[in-house]
Amino acid sequence: MGKKYYKKTIESFPERKQEFKTLSEIEIKNIYTPNDVSNIDYIRDIGFPGVYPFLRGIHSTMYRGRLWTMRQFSGFGSAEETNQRYKYLLNHGETGLSVAFDYPTLYGYDTDHPLARGEFGKCGVAVSSLEDMAILFKDIPIDKITTSMTINGPAAIIWAMYIANAENRNIRKNTIGGTIQNDILKEYIAQKSFIFPPEPSMRLIIDTFEYGYKYVPRWNTISISGYHIREAGSTAVQELAFTLGDGIEYVKWAMKRGLKIDDFAPRLSFFFNAHNNFFEEIAKYRAARRIWAKELKKLGAKKSRSLLMRFHTQTAGCSLTAQQPEINIVRVTLQALEAVLGGTQSLHTNSMDEALALPSEKAVRIALRTQQIIAEESGVTDTVDPLGGSYYIEWLTNKMEEETYRYFDKVERLGGVIPAIEKGFFQREIAESAYRYQREVDENKRTIVGVNKYKIDEDLSIPILKMDEKGEERQINRLKKLRKERDQSKVDKNLSKLRRAAKGNENLMPYIIDCVHSYATLGETCDILREVFGEYKEPTIY
Amino acid sequence: MERKIRVLVAKPGLDGHDRGAKIVARALRDAGMEVIYTGLHQTAEMIVETAIQEDVDVIGLSLLSGAHMTLFKDVADLLKEKNMDDILVVGGGIIPEEDVSKLKRVGIAGVFGPGTHTDVIVDFIRKNVKK
Repeated sequence: MGKKYYKKTIESFPERKQEFKTLSEIEIKNIYTPNDVSNIDYIRDIGFPGVYPFLRGIHSTMYRGRLWTMRQFSGFGSAEETNQRYKYLLNHGETGLSVAFDYPTLYGYDTDHPLARGEFGKCGVAVSSLEDMAILFKDIPIDKITTSMTINGPAAIIWAMYIANAENRNIRKNTIGGTIQNDILKEYIAQKSFIFPPEPSMRLIIDTFEYGYKYVPRWNTISISGYHIREAGSTAVQELAFTLGDGIEYVKWAMKRGLKIDDFAPRLSFFFNAHNNFFEEIAKYRAARRIWAKELKKLGAKKSRSLLMRFHTQTAGCSLTAQQPEINIVRVTLQALEAVLGGTQSLHTNSMDEALALPSEKAVRIALRTQQIIAEESGVTDTVDPLGGSYYIEWLTNKMEEETYRYFDKVERLGGVIPAIEKGFFQREIAESAYRYQREVDENKRTIVGVNKYKIDEDLSIPILKMDEKGEERQINRLKKLRKERDQSKVDKNLSKLRRAAKGNENLMPYIIDCVHSYATLGETCDILREVFGEYKEPTIY
Repeated sequence: MERKIRVLVAKPGLDGHDRGAKIVARALRDAGMEVIYTGLHQTAEMIVETAIQEDVDVIGLSLLSGAHMTLFKDVADLLKEKNMDDILVVGGGIIPEEDVSKLKRVGIAGVFGPGTHTDVIVDFIRKNVKK
């Protein structure tokens, strides 16, 4: 009856568009009814929060028990400046830290390396040695607050510095908590801050898994990330499918090494994007939890902790506009709300000025306040998974899951994740989606307020974050002094032990920790691994 | 037949954000230009060397790490040094307004930020290319 009435209506009053689609090109009907979800068995497919398949959330009380961690990704200039920014954020109610490193650090180069030219402190903080790490966290209670570090290629070394710094402060390593991103697969796929080829990179990652559950049990030794896949231009479905595919790949490698799934799986964590299509994003997070639980069960996990997916969310940087930057506050609010309605464990909200530069203090504060308003004023946190049971949301959640399994099959046919990377499969899929999105914007088929509609003449100058001009010089002098004053024979001895171990198949973490403890720099330690492992060259696809 | 405009799309420095570079490369190709993409992690020397080898009319630099004031200038300086400043150099990325005029002064003829219509880049190149 409804259908007949709808058809008659659109004959006289046509809809605004021929077809309505999500950002993943999923076609959306005018209305969803019990018929669209008739195949769902509530207990089997939806169930209760805190219980398999965790569709509705990982805890039975969710935000009624504890709010998500408000964790603003930040870092710029020297360790001193970033340390000040962390204190500023903590003073304004931030509840976790998240470190952005500069490009030389992300590639395992010291600040004085020739390839670091022009990059010092530009899109993150420079950390070249344990000394820098100590300054970065000076006077911050790292025994109480958790720290997430966005570092991949040299993740083991930077983590070793964090551990060594804790030890120097007499904080036991089995009490510190945090996350290293450590997800190399998505580097090859999207973010491109890789160093070593896949095989040795995977070995290093599994080394951190093993070291983590044995000695640093509160640490998430990986954050399997869809964020960068999405920023590179993928759709929501591709983000979901490629990220979960990567996750399963890590589990398989760890099991191949002989690790027990229930030992390491509880410390695997995830990281997703929150983009513009409101309901699709929420469905994505829900589907992610259910697929992960199912797949881990298939792989033999028994513990409930192994099956549940914990994830961090960041609002979509690529959705921010340079035009009318203030309206980004509204975009970020909607995206943050998606993450919360999707049950995120921690959240970063972007600042309004980030399409133009690093965020100013004021812009960051507004971004943090956005989370606080959602958490403490809006009331959306008062019940668990408030959208669960919506015909549309449940249908879309199922649809995202279906499409994800379709991608799993495709990747399987290509021989698995790493062969698919080497063939450029993911890279090509993402480039296609990115180009299609841009064409839609250019052709006004997709509205971006302020960019292709509702434009104004405006001056785009904004207050720019000023960095300490002496920072780079100070950092280079510090490095010089460090190299002169440290016990060089100890450094040499530790580096050659690492070289020997890298050629064999022992866990490298203890060797790396010894290196950084003796003040071997990031670049020196990484060079040993470059020498043994070689460097990755990517196939160029566009 | 008129020779097609030849463009080198290049990623200087360590920045791995290649979404914009790839989109622009494709848009320029769709607009009838011949496009060469360097791939990631190029030094100024590598970029200029490729520009010579490929005999390009235009270099398009893309950088989102914030190091544009150093790395874009390096490329423009090297071109001047080699008397190749007839090559049109344009750039794009996360570039604050106050840097745009500075970049223009050092020889980056056009600077395109987020939200730029790809046609704007195509038109700019067609109007300003020296051949």
